[in-house]
Amino acid sequence: MRGSPSLNPSRDIVMRRLRDDIVPRARKTLRLLALYAILLLLCGFVLLPVSWMLTAALKPDNVPYFSIPPQWFPTEHFEWRNFEIALLDPVRPFLRFTLNTLIIFGGNVVGTIFSCTLVAYAFARLRFRGSGFLFNVLIITMLIPWQSQMIPQFLLFLELGWYGTYLPLIVPSFAGNAFFIFLIRQYMRTFPRDLDEAAKIDGCSYFGIFRFIILPLCKPVLAVVVVFMFLSSWGDLLGPLIYLNNTDQFTIAIGLANFATRYNPNTNLLMAANLVMMIPPILVFFFAQEQLIGGIASVGLKG
Amino acid sequence: MERREERVAYLFLSPWLIGLVVFIIGPVIASLLISLTDWNLLTPPNWVGLKNYEKMFSDRDFYNSLRVTFRFVIMSLPIYTVVSLSLALLLNQRIRGMYFFRTVLFMPSVIAGTAVAVLWSILLNPDVGVVNQVLGAIGIAQPPRWLASRDWAIPAVILMGLWGVGGGVIIYLAGLQNIPPHLYEAATIDGANASQKFRFVTVPMLTPSIFFQLITGLVAAFQVFDVAYVLAGRGGTRASALQFYLLNVYEEGFQNGRFGYASALSWVLVVIATIVILITFRTSERWVYYESEEGKS
Repeated sequence: MRGSPSLNPSRDIVMRRLRDDIVPRARKTLRLLALYAILLLLCGFVLLPVSWMLTAALKPDNVPYFSIPPQWFPTEHFEWRNFEIALLDPVRPFLRFTLNTLIIFGGNVVGTIFSCTLVAYAFARLRFRGSGFLFNVLIITMLIPWQSQMIPQFLLFLELGWYGTYLPLIVPSFAGNAFFIFLIRQYMRTFPRDLDEAAKIDGCSYFGIFRFIILPLCKPVLAVVVVFMFLSSWGDLLGPLIYLNNTDQFTIAIGLANFATRYNPNTNLLMAANLVMMIPPILVFFFAQEQLIGGIASVGLKG
Repeated sequence: MERREERVAYLFLSPWLIGLVVFIIGPVIASLLISLTDWNLLTPPNWVGLKNYEKMFSDRDFYNSLRVTFRFVIMSLPIYTVVSLSLALLLNQRIRGMYFFRTVLFMPSVIAGTAVAVLWSILLNPDVGVVNQVLGAIGIAQPPRWLASRDWAIPAVILMGLWGVGGGVIIYLAGLQNIPPHLYEAATIDGANASQKFRFVTVPMLTPSIFFQLITGLVAAFQVFDVAYVLAGRGGTRASALQFYLLNVYEEGFQNGRFGYASALSWVLVVIATIVILITFRTSERWVYYESEEGKS
């Protein structure tokens, strides 16, 4: 007869296996698959536009840029000359724009490192009356929107005869940047106090302590600062737009913005120029990912 | 306290102190004064009192730019918060290949706003752009007309912003990894399930990060410029649908040469932004959880 008592134990074994082992495992696998599916979908959202852009940038003039269905990957056309045109076209030479942007960036690096490390050192390691108050002022200046200073600053630099030069875009960095001062100060505070005391006993001046003991230890945070500065100098549109009036001086952001808005550009050339603007930050991101992520994360945690 | 140390400290601070006066405090006061004149740089400034502020009440561009900016703030902040928080939870999973996924998803956040706007204005072309082709392929018969439409222009800008949402994700991810494991262990002992742990451990511990992101997001949202300049630059529907506040200030000042009026406009923005930020701070006491500062410096 079926259903004899001797069969029950084997059914139980099957059920128990299912319940305790097979179903949980299947659920875990399904969950993992779903996770990967979502992540891959998101990667598509990030990477496919870039790949489409490269495809469009490599098309010759006589091929339609928009095809149905869309061409996501460069397979047929490899018109590398488009990049050459984008970089060297005398009307909007993106190579020149790139160099100009790098000059401004270089000036900002010198100014920021000079001023922010000095100021951060005072806030982090020196005792003086008013330090708490001045530090609050520093925090507040981070929140004041730049617009409230934009017009008077412009009029000031105009008065000084600096309109049409890089000076308005570089000189303010010698007065320090609240955000970078804050970042460096937080880092400098982590060093043990004995460092300064020992050096002081050895007869080292405050500047000596700053220059030969504290500053060399700050390399990691300065790397973070330089990476952030590169991204902000590279992307800045409003500053150069206000102060520069000559195509020869334009930065890459103005060059691209003008190319996209004033002329009726060929999509392939516009996409090539856009890649010229996108690639350096992406390269910086790949080489400095740790610094960048560490920097952003520390701001979020301590801010 | 040594007097010498104090003197040295102020010497070290001097670049910033000078900058504070010359580039921040001076200009802030000056802009208040300029906002009471009708300065156009060609003729000497005339004192007009509060006329510039009165003029705003009948200025269509002012109202429009205020509406555009507020629409953007109200729509974008909740979306960005939810998306970057979920993305952080997703990227916090311990699975093989996570480094690759994180790298890819963080990458667009370093790309300049100008370049993002140029790329997406092409992708979002309503007739032949790839976004609408993809939407068509998955069965959406009448996809939005994005930048060509009054209602969809701001969602289009938000979509572009989602592409670069990685910066916020990094902050949340750091917040997640900073939650002490013993809290989860204690919750497990108390018999909490996964969703209870999320609700009662993860969310409260993340509120400082959420608050930080909300404040920086607000400050940034009031200062949208690059995207607006690139997308609204061609005139037409876009010019009014994407007339962000700062773009309007720029146009009044640097294109129309009305420096007095532009200064007044920027003051109004500063006041509005300050009020919104103060309100946010005020509410934060109710929902932001801070660990005791004991043992921290």
